[in-house]
Amino acid sequence: MGEMISVHDLVKNYGQFCAVNHISFKVPEGVIFGFLGPNGAGKTTTIKMLTTVLDPTSGKILVNGHDPTREQKQVRRSFGIVFQDPSLDDELTAYENMDLHGILYGVPHGERKKRIDMLIEFVGLADRKNNLVKEYSGGMKRRLEVARALLHKPRILFLDEPTIGLDPQTRNHIWGYIQQLSKDEGVTVFFTTHYMDEADRVAYDVAMIDHGKIVAQGTPGELKERTQCPNLEDAFIALTGHAIREEEANATDRMRMMGRAWRGGGRR
Amino acid sequence: MKAIYILCVRQLKRYIRSPARIIGSLGQPILFLVALGFGFKAMFARAGGGDYLDFLSPGIISMAILFNAVFSGIEIIWDRQFGFLKETLVAPVSRIEIVFGRMLGGALVAMAQGIVVFVICLIAGFRVHGSAYAPLAIVFMFMISLLFAGIGTVFGSVLQDMQGFPLIINFLIMPIFFFSGAIFPSAGLPKVLQIGLRLNPLSYGVDGLRGACSTVFAYGLTTDLAVVTIMTGILLGIGSYFFSKIQL
Repeated sequence: MGEMISVHDLVKNYGQFCAVNHISFKVPEGVIFGFLGPNGAGKTTTIKMLTTVLDPTSGKILVNGHDPTREQKQVRRSFGIVFQDPSLDDELTAYENMDLHGILYGVPHGERKKRIDMLIEFVGLADRKNNLVKEYSGGMKRRLEVARALLHKPRILFLDEPTIGLDPQTRNHIWGYIQQLSKDEGVTVFFTTHYMDEADRVAYDVAMIDHGKIVAQGTPGELKERTQCPNLEDAFIALTGHAIREEEANATDRMRMMGRAWRGGGRR
Repeated sequence: MKAIYILCVRQLKRYIRSPARIIGSLGQPILFLVALGFGFKAMFARAGGGDYLDFLSPGIISMAILFNAVFSGIEIIWDRQFGFLKETLVAPVSRIEIVFGRMLGGALVAMAQGIVVFVICLIAGFRVHGSAYAPLAIVFMFMISLLFAGIGTVFGSVLQDMQGFPLIINFLIMPIFFFSGAIFPSAGLPKVLQIGLRLNPLSYGVDGLRGACSTVFAYGLTTDLAVVTIMTGILLGIGSYFFSKIQL
């Protein structure tokens, strides 16, 4: 089994602030890998660098054998991603969102139609596929995003807090698909979450990051054993401490608030 | 190429699906057309300028295009906010294709809006003379659309949030509109303003459009066409450059 992701001595500084501080880790092909950490620990920053949308300050990354800073196209072709925040076009229908994705990723017409129908069915949205996405609930949007991320048959699936804000049924549903996918098609899954029970249940391997540094790495069983804790949540707290983290609101968050004020709340 | 096409189609679909936006953005040009067009009509005729509505209409059409095209670029900020921008940035498509698809889509929307205003002007009494040049009107409308979609893209790519927005309106779009010869002729203006008009790319777009509708070009057809084409090329380049620098 080769390595699907390999990160060596990765650093990202924003001015004086060090978001990611000399981290190294490897994700073998075909595993489900949990990247855990408190708010503001550097999880999303790391995912952005792995997925070519943010340049690292220093360090070396290989995703599916390619460098995201230089071989962007090859890297982009090899992964699918579900972002922490929604990334669908609300003014298009579910089908149109999928179709647009398929065209951007160069999926040929006949295959595109077949796969879109199959995936929309797979996430249980077949009867709503011609509705505008703005009419969807949060859980439905998430499921559509998972379906979309799989459309071009990626080797790696990045999931940045895929189940945040979802009810237990939907969470269970989504993890069900992902585990099945990993088993059936050997897709490598790299996910972040705050829900330690989820990580405990689905992850083969986890890394814990705090203040931009990796504080522990191993299987959930190993981490529990090392910290002498009965579950991963306690192990997590033992490793990262009790202090509550503050995350600075970024420009996007501020804008979302303005947007809400502007559009008078709405359904977004 | 397919990426350019689908991103263009996306913007056209969004435009057609938002009748509120279509009608809403007609308000301002209609207001200017009615208030200025009928307000100054008699005075303009008395001063020997001819029919003011014929003079003003190309300016109002350009105005509608200017606003819509710049806004289309600024939609990058909305897409950043509502997340869709990420979807395009992780796609295995060159940044040039993405930005070009966006600019072309935005330009087509702005042009569609310009055509609607054109029709409204005709209803209000605007008369086109010398139909031989009429196809040129479409060319100029398209070029103005692309040019300002390029400018909008620069701002949409550089600004992180909507807070810079009023600045763009007050210090960029409004001056470009007022000092383009859209509402008054450049002849007889103070020297400084004349130079300002000469430096404004919209001046040539307005003059080209006006010439295409009246057969009288103040700067000359060749100059208008050359300036607008070159500026469009330059701004598409600058817009693409800034867009390609976007990081999340």
